[in-house]
Amino acid sequence: MDMTGIGAGIGAGLVALGAGWGIGRLAAAALEGTARQPEASGDIRTTMIIAAALIEGVALFGQVVCFLLATG
Amino acid sequence: MAGEEHVAGAAEGKLDIIGHLLDHHYLEVPYFNAHHFFDGKIDLPHFAPFELYGIPIDMSITRHVVMMWIAGALLVTLMLVAFRRSKEVPSGLAGLFEPMVLFVRDDIVLANLGPRGLPYLPYLLTIFFFILTCNLLGLIPYGATATGNVSVTAGLALCTFATILIAGIANNGLFGYFKSLVPHGMPLWLLPIMIPVELLGLVTKPFALCIRLFANMTAGHVIILALFGMIFMFNNEAVGLIAVPFAAVIYLLEIFVALVQAFIFTLLSALFIGMAAHPEH
Repeated sequence: MDMTGIGAGIGAGLVALGAGWGIGRLAAAALEGTARQPEASGDIRTTMIIAAALIEGVALFGQVVCFLLATG
Repeated sequence: MAGEEHVAGAAEGKLDIIGHLLDHHYLEVPYFNAHHFFDGKIDLPHFAPFELYGIPIDMSITRHVVMMWIAGALLVTLMLVAFRRSKEVPSGLAGLFEPMVLFVRDDIVLANLGPRGLPYLPYLLTIFFFILTCNLLGLIPYGATATGNVSVTAGLALCTFATILIAGIANNGLFGYFKSLVPHGMPLWLLPIMIPVELLGLVTKPFALCIRLFANMTAGHVIILALFGMIFMFNNEAVGLIAVPFAAVIYLLEIFVALVQAFIFTLLSALFIGMAAHPEH
């Protein structure tokens, strides 16, 4: 029984879950930091975008693997 | 039909998702009744692959190659036109590019490489504007994302890798650079583990740059194509009432991702070059 499709689907879902959780925590920390010190909001926003792009990069590694599993 | 590629799994009435993402040997004609003009496709020159040390190299002109040429020509023309007359306060097209150039110079190069990093500024500016233009060209209808091709992003990552090595070896000497990879003050028995790990880390960072850019650019298109594919899957136009607004929102997100990914690639390249040139910090 070929479980590649199920594996790819579950993997993609887990990857999205991990990325969502990580970036959610990141956004929460950024909001809290901006609330404490509104003058630093520019720096916090830049750092948040950089960290979000890195986390998303890792998540997309997993998605690429799942895509390759699903189609080949 | 010459130049047409059939992807396994593309059935009648289904949206060919993978076919829209892959590189093709033809350009699509952007016109309403496209099949009246050149059968809707313009065939591009197709050269036979030649062997180089056992590796087949295919130099045919494909869709992504044409997109990269368009991006390069567009950038060269726009920059030359914008900065033809250098004024104190830039206006017009120069007013669009100058804040971006200053942003790359101040917030990416000077912040991460210091004043001694200015020789690397032309390379980083090129990378930033090229990736940005390629990403944005992929969002135009009938355009293809050149950076959505893993070969293109691998080429860009190789350029960054070469610059990292050049920066490290020029600043620290050939043996000094590789010595600086392993952290200072390591107990001797850890060296057999640290040396392969650090060498692997040297290769992993540009590889991550490559995959990050490729996956980000492709993922956005896959989502939009999948949303439209749902219309065909249900064979019902009413699904379009939900799918089209969703796809429009994802499209706006893709524009944001195009900007962010160009910025991230440039920022990480600058960081790695800085780490290679001055390993003490």
